[in-house]
Parts: sequence; C-alpha cells; structure tokens
Amino acid sequence: MEWTINGQAVSASLDPRVSLLDLLRDHLGLTGTKKGCNQGACGACTVLVDGERINSCLALAVQYDGRAITTVEGLGSTDALHPLQQAFIEHDGFQCGYCTPGQLCSAIGMAGEIERGVPSAVTADLAAAAIVLNDDELRERMSGNLCRCGAYNGIVEAVRATLAPGKAA
Amino acid sequence: MTPFSYARVTDNAEAIRLARVTPGARYLGGGTNLIDLMRETIEQPAALVDVTALSRTIEARADGSMLIGAAARNTAVAADRAVRERFPVLSRAILAGASAQIRNMATTAGNLMQRTRCYYFYDDAARCNKRDPGAGCDAIDGFNRIHAILGASPACIATHPSDMCVALAALDARVHAEGPNGARTLRLVDFHRLPGGRPDLETELAPGELITAIEIPPLPFAGNSMYRKVRDRASYAFALVSVAAALDVGPDGTIRDVRIALGGVAHKPWRAFAAEAALRGLPATEASFRAAAEAELKDAAGLRHNAFKIELAKRVITATLAGISGDARA
Ligand SMILES: Cc1cc2nc3c(=O)[nH]c(=O)nc-3n(C[C@H](O)[C@H](O)[C@H](O)COP(=O)(O)OP(=O)(O)OC[C@H]3O[C@@H](n4cnc5c(N)ncnc54)[C@H](O)[C@@H]3O)c2cc1C
Ligand code: SF4
Ligand code: FES
Ligand code: FES
Repeated sequence: MEWTINGQAVSASLDPRVSLLDLLRDHLGLTGTKKGCNQGACGACTVLVDGERINSCLALAVQYDGRAITTVEGLGSTDALHPLQQAFIEHDGFQCGYCTPGQLCSAIGMAGEIERGVPSAVTADLAAAAIVLNDDELRERMSGNLCRCGAYNGIVEAVRATLAPGKAA
Repeated sequence: MTPFSYARVTDNAEAIRLARVTPGARYLGGGTNLIDLMRETIEQPAALVDVTALSRTIEARADGSMLIGAAARNTAVAADRAVRERFPVLSRAILAGASAQIRNMATTAGNLMQRTRCYYFYDDAARCNKRDPGAGCDAIDGFNRIHAILGASPACIATHPSDMCVALAALDARVHAEGPNGARTLRLVDFHRLPGGRPDLETELAPGELITAIEIPPLPFAGNSMYRKVRDRASYAFALVSVAAALDVGPDGTIRDVRIALGGVAHKPWRAFAAEAALRGLPATEASFRAAAEAELKDAAGLRHNAFKIELAKRVITATLAGISGDARA
C-alpha cells in the first residue's frame, strides 16, 4: 500500500483492520490528527483526501491506497503557519486545542465545497449558482466538528476572517 | 475488530462473484456504518469486498427520471444540479443527515443499507432480537425515546435512521439489484421490511445481492417538495421525526397529487399512503393537512418515552404541507 501524505510518498504493509487515523498516528507518528470518539461523531480526526474532508477514524487505510492525504502537519509549519492557523490564534479559535487540527482540515475542505457550489442544509435557494457564506452557513457546514471547550464563536470568526474576509456576521 | 480480508473490485460481476466465493463476505461502501459496527464487533464479516469503485454516475434522463450509481457519494447526489432542480426533497434530505465529512464518504447503497441506531442494538451487554434472534428486546421496557410508533412488533421497535431513504420513499424510487440469479428492480417502499418476528432481516436483498443503482421515476410536481427534520440539536443528529413531501395543487386550490413519507417513526422509511389518499381532491388547507395526518397516525402506538412522536409527526406533516402549499397559516 502506498499513499502520498502531506506531499510525501509513504508505503506500508498493514493489516486491513488499521484505520487511516491509526496509520497516521501510530504507524507514521503524525499525531496532529486526533482521536476523539473513534466513531464518526466528533470530527477530531478530520483529514483531507484529494482535497475532500473525511473522518479518518471510519476509514480503513487500505481503502485509501493510492490517494493523497493532507493532515494538519501538511497545512503549515511552526515558522510558517497557514493563514487559517494564524486566524485561529488571533480569534481565540481554541482553548485546549484537541479539536483544532480537525477544525482546520474541515474548514479547508469546506472552502473547496463552497467553491464547487455544494449546498448545505441551510442554503435557502438550492438553485442559486453560488453559495453566500454567512454565519448560518458556516456553523451548519462546520457542525461535524465538535469542540468540547465551546470555542465555537472564535472558530467561526477565524474561519470567516480567512475564507470570507469582509463578510458581515 | 475481528480479522478480515479485503479486496477492491471495479465491476459489478466481479463484486458478485467475489462475494459468492468468499465465505463471510460483505460489501463495503464508505464504511461509515459498517466499520463502526465492526469495531463494536456487532458485525464480524470475514471478508470485505470494496464496491466504492463501482458506478458513481448520476444520470439525468430526458424523460425526467434519474439513475444514480450505487457508489455515488451522498455529497455528490445532494449537490447534483439535476437532483436539486427535479427532486429538491432528495438534496434536502441528504443534507439534513450526518456531517459533511460523513456525506463525503457515504455511498448511495450504503445509506440504504445502514442499520438502526437503537442503543441496545449497539450495546452487546443488552438483549436484542436484531443482533441475537430470540434473545429479547431491552428497548421495549427501556429508554425508547428514539423508537418506532408505527409498524413495530413485540420483537423489535427499532427505527430506520436514514434521511435520504425518506425522500426516496416519497419519490417512489426503485432499487436496482444484481445477484448470482440475475438482475431485478424493487420499489424502495418494499425494499426495507417491518420487523415482525424477524427483526434481523432488514431488507428484501438476498445474501450476496449487490445494489447497483437507484432510479427515480419522473415526477414533475416534485419541483415543489420539501424535507423537514426534527431532532434534538440543530445539526448532526438523527431524526426524531422527519417528513418528505411533494405537492401538486391545481389553480382552484384543490390537491391534484401529493407524496408524503415519514422518517424516525418505523423500521423502514414510512410512505404515508393513507394521508396521500385522504388528501387527493381536497382543498389545500391546513384543515385538510391535519385531517390527513390524523388518518396516517391512526394506528400509531406510543411507548413510555416516545409517545410524543405521535403528535409531533402530525404537526410536522401539517406544517410541511402548509409550507409547500403556500398556505402557511398557523
Ligand atoms: C456520527 C454519524 C451521524 C450520522 N447521522 C446521520 C443522519 O443524521 N442521517 C442519516 O441518514 N444518516 C446518518 N448517518 C449514517 C450515514 O448516513 C451512513 O453511515 C452512511 O450513509 C452509510 O453509507 P456507507 O457507504 O458509508 O456504508 P457502509 O458503512 O460502507 O455500508 C453500510 C451497509 O451497506 C452495505 N452495502 C454497501 N454498498 C452496498 C451495495 N452496493 N450493495 C449492497 N450492500 C451494500 C454494506 O455491506 C453494509 O452492510 C450518520 C453516521 C454517523 C457515523
Ligand atoms: S428495538 Fe430492535 S434493535 Fe433495539 S434492542 Fe429491541 S430488538 Fe434490538
Ligand atoms: S475520532 Fe473520528 S469523528 Fe471522532
Ligand atoms: S479547543 Fe478544546 S475541544 Fe475545541
């Protein structure tokens, strides 16, 4: 099996039971991606596969053989943060930080969905050509990422500031 | 998880052949339900046949019908322009379910085949006739707030958790299936079973049979359709009660045709045939909608914690129809 993880080719021979999350954390030492519930209910394990956000805890690593995976480690580095990471700091988008890697990957996946015109449960007009990214849209689209510290307001601000700059609340 | 072998297939025939020759094989879609149940050891397949590389085509046909490949992702179906235009209730239902991450993973066939979220089914220390036929059902005298009010049996009171299937029931979708004995087409409303004495048998699909596509027949008035879901939090929660509805009202205000299906109330997506029959030919008013809801829920039975769903279902049916008829008076 072979994956491109954060731009680098990685190969491993694994038991098919190993989840993508455990591959990242336990086999590759990429512990940025977090394990919260391990059952799809919290979003802490969110990563990007070919640019799309998924929950890596419900994914078998073998199912994603050959695919390109991006984790929080691939977004930015300590010296050069991704603009969204910088915005999370500026807008108090976290307290303990446990949900943050998932929130970051999720928001980046969400940006791609908006660009592709994917509607959400609160999109008023399904026929509209483009999505208007207001705070209702933002909250609904990020609802797959729970934050036990309740940093939601800061998260919304950080995501809005980065992905929808200039948009009113 | 118990050990299993894994294989990925690229065509239907190979999937069916592998499932037939591999003991204990199961098809694997996005894995969002099956992997979870395997981790809890509630499901223990010896082999997984990954069918996510099968058809993902979403075909809008000239006659107004659509054909959706079994491996089409939930997100792709909800976002498809033709689905949004022809069958907005289907887009709405999918978007009301799970999270963006899960919808990106989940397949059309997997959504149909997902299993109940009954807590006792998930808890292997509890008695459950669905997991262990004949063992008993701890939900009946337990915390049964999320359980069924229609079509339940003394053996099982679980509900089918899918939102997408509620819209498909209202749209009278067809399930295309293929197995060792050939291909066939089933109506979605006949695809899922009521629990009766065999709650372990959830669908009409035979062992090893593969879902290949979902077909939605033309329904011109479905352009005026809606999905309304009531749940314990604003997003990312299963339905307590949901309603999918489409309505065709004539210029004189008379209901020409109507489709209604309910979620969260039964072991299967519940097509409200009684309410539909009661409504045809009546004026599209709140009073007609309420009377039809009463007719549909006539045989509903509440348990200790879920009796509230009966009145809730009536209200959600009434409000949904009022919403799409333009008669939203309270
Ligand atoms: C936290 C969480 C919240 C959720 N919330 C909601 C919600 O609010 N509303 C909702 O509707 N759903 C919800 N879901 C459920 C989700 O929609 C389902 O898990 C998903 O649709 C299943 O699709 P899958 O492709 O991942 O199926 P899998 O998990 O891969 O498979 C499910 C079943 O389908 C069978 N299968 C797969 N493909 C085929 C085929 N081609 N032919 C025959 N059998 C096949 C498998 O053998 C398995 O038995 C939620 C799930 C989670 C984890
Ligand atoms: S309601 Fe059905 S699924 Fe739940 S415990 Fe009873 S038998 Fe099992
Ligand atoms: S750890 Fe994957 S969703 Fe919670
Ligand atoms: S910052 Fe602590 S869980 Fe979100």
